[in-house]
Amino acid sequence: MKIELVYFGRPKEHLKVARETADLPAGTSNLAGVLAWLRTRGDVWAQELADNRVRCAINQEFADLPATIKENDEIAIFSPISGG
Amino acid sequence: MSVSIQESDFDLAAELNTLRSGNSKVGAMVSFVGLVRDFNLNETVDSIYLEYYPGMTEKALNKIIAEATERWNLLNVRVIHRIGRLYASDQIVLVATTALHRGEAFAGCEFIIDYLKTAAPFWKKEETGEGSHWLETRETDVQRMEYWHSDKVRKSA
Repeated sequence: MKIELVYFGRPKEHLKVARETADLPAGTSNLAGVLAWLRTRGDVWAQELADNRVRCAINQEFADLPATIKENDEIAIFSPISGG
Repeated sequence: MSVSIQESDFDLAAELNTLRSGNSKVGAMVSFVGLVRDFNLNETVDSIYLEYYPGMTEKALNKIIAEATERWNLLNVRVIHRIGRLYASDQIVLVATTALHRGEAFAGCEFIIDYLKTAAPFWKKEETGEGSHWLETRETDVQRMEYWHSDKVRKSA
């Protein structure tokens, strides 16, 4: 399954990636699974994408880890927000 | 009702003039302007860097404004949030509301800025003499948002 990944805030800077198209391994069906798969890319990824260090959105709506993903979804991964 | 996300500064007086123009029912106008502080957690802050999520951020701000206008009778709302690199004393954010009476204008303005802090996707990095770091959502901001959801406040709205 192909998805678009976009990164903001701390993970974008530390992982040196803003956007990528990813082909998920079979059986990945929710946000928790996407993060778990990305964490296998290496130490920095494992550190940056720990469940309690990032927030996510699916198609520009905030979403929790159990949220289901589907083909072509835009998944955003970011550090906790801090505007104003 | 209008939202802008921009690098450039804004002119408060000009924004307020536009917000109130053409409606003689406006009896109250409230504005909040957030500024860059030169200190945080005992460190001197040289500059901050703000980024946003094009598309989602505008949507989130419009949703916050829609919720505010549902709770209070606001005649008009203006939100401007700056992005990019900002320095001490720079204006970061404007929230302005107009209403028939001050109570609604005050409440609507406070609600929108409180909500923006925890529900609008912006990320702020502080650059200090010691290096730079991304700020996290502040617990006091989360408490402010929870306050607006408490029964007492809901009933008075």
